[in-house]
Amino acid sequence: MRLVVVSAGLSVPSSTRLLADRLAAAAGRLAPLDVQVVEVRELAVEIAHAFTSGFPGRALAAAQEAVTAADGLIVVTPVFSASYSGLFKSFFDLLDQDALAGTPVLTAATGGTARHSLVLEHALRPLFSYLRAVVVPTGVYAASEDWGAEGLDGRIERAAAELTGLMTGLTAARPARPGPDDGFTVVPFADRLAALAPPSEGERTVGVPRPVPPSR
Amino acid sequence: MQFGIFSVGDVTPDPTTGRTPTERERIKAMVAIALKAEEVGLDVFATGEHHNPPFVPSSPTTMLGYIAARTEKLVLSTSTTLITTNDPVKIAEDFAMLQHLADGRVDLMMGRGNTGPVYPWFGKDIRQGINLAVENYALLHRLWREDVVDWEGKFRTPLQGFTSTPRPLDDVPPFVWHGSIRSPEIAEQAAFYGDGFFHNNIFWPADHTKRMIELYRDRYAHYGHGTPEQAVVGLGGQVFMRRSSQEAVREFRPYFDNAPVYGHGPSLEDFTDQTPLTVGSPQQVIEKTLAFRDYAGDYQRQLFLMDHAGLPLKTVLEQLDLLGDEVVPVLRKEFAADRPADVPDAPTHASLLAARERGADGAAGRGAGKETVA
Repeated sequence: MRLVVVSAGLSVPSSTRLLADRLAAAAGRLAPLDVQVVEVRELAVEIAHAFTSGFPGRALAAAQEAVTAADGLIVVTPVFSASYSGLFKSFFDLLDQDALAGTPVLTAATGGTARHSLVLEHALRPLFSYLRAVVVPTGVYAASEDWGAEGLDGRIERAAAELTGLMTGLTAARPARPGPDDGFTVVPFADRLAALAPPSEGERTVGVPRPVPPSR
Repeated sequence: MQFGIFSVGDVTPDPTTGRTPTERERIKAMVAIALKAEEVGLDVFATGEHHNPPFVPSSPTTMLGYIAARTEKLVLSTSTTLITTNDPVKIAEDFAMLQHLADGRVDLMMGRGNTGPVYPWFGKDIRQGINLAVENYALLHRLWREDVVDWEGKFRTPLQGFTSTPRPLDDVPPFVWHGSIRSPEIAEQAAFYGDGFFHNNIFWPADHTKRMIELYRDRYAHYGHGTPEQAVVGLGGQVFMRRSSQEAVREFRPYFDNAPVYGHGPSLEDFTDQTPLTVGSPQQVIEKTLAFRDYAGDYQRQLFLMDHAGLPLKTVLEQLDLLGDEVVPVLRKEFAADRPADVPDAPTHASLLAARERGADGAAGRGAGKETVA
């Protein structure tokens, strides 16, 4: 199974990335996982360009494909101004609306103080619910003080177990999603045309003749 | 194969001088560019249609009629005609009138327009964009082919015994292209009717353009108009040329960096790497344009955007000299070299008329010979 870790920390080294790595390692102990890490920081310029030019650069496109194809995601953001960072949100703003439908997602965040811990519930969970991802019940918030205190390890283990459980259970049942090289879904033109034709007298129940392509 | 230019018709300040042309100057510049296109041996001039500032061409057939009177060979077209917000009855009338005045040197490209606020100004809703394009074009198609039309639809008052006048020249409707960047529904529409499909690829990576054109070609064959290779494809391109690529980059960079569409975004280098924009020597333009065929197949119409990013008219006219003298003659030769004999040229009034007189029942323009323009 493919696990993609999206880490939106800005500094190097970053406590956000540290949390991401600990979550991924915990998940990896519970299930055989092929893990890929997307460092959003490295995509910052391509993300900005994608907003202005309308298409993703090569590295961003590769990250989008990895996230779309993943069987599970771990997403970790620093808390900025009482929410996820703008860069974190921008990465997900540029994803196809259906890209995460049905994908189990473990949400996590880091911050300077525990007073922001509910950011997982009031910012990250609604975002991934909108994207129709399956957000695991336990989110992991790590304030500065948590790194030296008891409790973080337990939350990491519990969240990782919930994630791998969902990944194992949902992988088989999840609907296929379009890959980057798949074709378009085509509605035959005659159906589209017929859907607009108003029913005429006497035809309200029998429908209209199916249009045929013209030849010149 | 046809080569030409298309203009958006934007009024954009020249970033090197800070000067913004007046609307009159911009409109006259578009005409001068069209006349220059004929002078340097190009085949097509296409104007955009917009109904909001900073754009001037709200009345395309007025402009094209004026250009028609001052040219002899140039095919007059649009990029695009808004099939969503215009009344299809008025499109049928305006372009039939233009056909008569221009002796058949007319085709047009349907497009939806992408600006939400414009739709309500014409009593429409952008969320119905695809449905408007489908219904309005179905009516337009009939108005040009049936002398008397009874019609009822969702978006317009019904017609009873309506005849659109004047009738198309020689009873041959203008050839229609359908332009779309992202909507497979429009590629499907073009394929259904056996019309042309124009992908304005200028801001898009090649793999996206390839997928849209493959869809159109497959569906064109599905509807029995010919083989996928015989489908009628048009592409855009945008270039800035000087003798050397260093000169071109140095002169164009301030325009690129401040352009309304892509300015303040990717670097010139990234953008030229990932999209059809070419800033360099005529030889570089030739190489990049020839490579379009690698992913689009043999195609019928290549339009270049030359009056972009606030370039002054004098510079644009110099660009057209280079395009007509050095680039297009090579492209004509190279594109013709490996072209299979059964890939048709873009239909023209003459080829459509000839096809009808022969009683040809297949796709228009097929077997109409290799003449580029009537």
